[in-house]
Amino acid sequence: MNLRPAIRLASAAFGLATLLWAALPAGAADSVDPAADAKAFQNYFTTKFPKLKPADFVNGPYSLNEDMHRQWVEKEEFPPYEFSLDMGKEMFAKPFKNGKSYADCFDNGGIGVRQNYPYFDEKEGKVITLELALNRCREANGEAPLSYVKDEMAALTAYMAFTSRGKPFDIKIPNDPRALVAFENGKEYFYTRRGQLNFSCASCHVQNPGERIRAEILAPALGILNAMPIYRSEWGGMGTTSRRFTSCNSQTRGVPLEPQSDEYRDLEYYLSYVSNGLPISGPGARP
Amino acid sequence: MKMISGKMALFALAAVVMLLAATSTSLLAAASEADFNAAYAEAEAANKQAGALRDQWTTTAAALASAKKAAEAGNFDAAVAEAKEAEALAKASVFQATHEKEAWKAEVIR
Repeated sequence: MNLRPAIRLASAAFGLATLLWAALPAGAADSVDPAADAKAFQNYFTTKFPKLKPADFVNGPYSLNEDMHRQWVEKEEFPPYEFSLDMGKEMFAKPFKNGKSYADCFDNGGIGVRQNYPYFDEKEGKVITLELALNRCREANGEAPLSYVKDEMAALTAYMAFTSRGKPFDIKIPNDPRALVAFENGKEYFYTRRGQLNFSCASCHVQNPGERIRAEILAPALGILNAMPIYRSEWGGMGTTSRRFTSCNSQTRGVPLEPQSDEYRDLEYYLSYVSNGLPISGPGARP
Repeated sequence: MKMISGKMALFALAAVVMLLAATSTSLLAAASEADFNAAYAEAEAANKQAGALRDQWTTTAAALASAKKAAEAGNFDAAVAEAKEAEALAKASVFQATHEKEAWKAEVIR
């Protein structure tokens, strides 16, 4: 009996398992349970704000303050993101130089699919966000990629989010250990303090939602990405998820990472997954 | 009389100490370009380490830029001071990143 192939297979399996174990944050290998994390996450916020329905969280600070909520209702009659939405619709429909369009790159022609992003690509072994998928679509069709933090990307994602409004976030974690690593890395990034001000994402959006930081009312982390992209009065314009992440880092006096770096993609994966079931409300508007 | 001379001796001693301190301070303050280069290299190395840990601070970058600007203007005292400030900030960010490798877990919602 030739045992050599069996030994080789066993060695390869052991090697892969060792690699995956090493890639997980210390002590996490036996404790990654995204479903339990999402349940605890949602439970934390619904307990902290018992008067809010789960779907209210997607409106951020507007759900936490009565005066702001009234302003928001009025603002929504002529929303500040409307111009961006129109621009996105136009951009989305305009064919590339090769005659193809964004619709050719996405399921269902890109309409009503925003709630499925980001997803874990098992071929690549990485998280693919909507912004990244849009730029890859452009590049695959001979177009230059767009800036991840500027108006055109915000306009495209605004239009795609609009076509998904009301659809619940439906982020999947496939049966692939690398997807669990991505989820856990995103969680680690979310809770890790950084920058000279020693803030983590959670310092503001878990520990202090509803409180003021200077003139702002901090949004809860639950549902925070459902409203992306957003028009921010503070920015005087639209902002993508990439812009939100990089500007958060800068505000804590940390040097932001490159937009769509692995860390930010994993962070988006984690934050979106724990908001599963909450409706897409983007594009949104924030003070 | 004895007491007066004792006081005078003490005063003279204090004056000498102060003079020595002032002299040594002025000697220390006269930084050279080489001092700046050494201080800047130390700061850059610490900031590079923070970069490898994905946790650089904007204030470190600002202090490094100020150090360079002061050196270009020939003000090596200020340049060295800024470089040392940058190094301290970079080391603090390295400490933060190292500490957070485990500390983040305590903040997770369970």
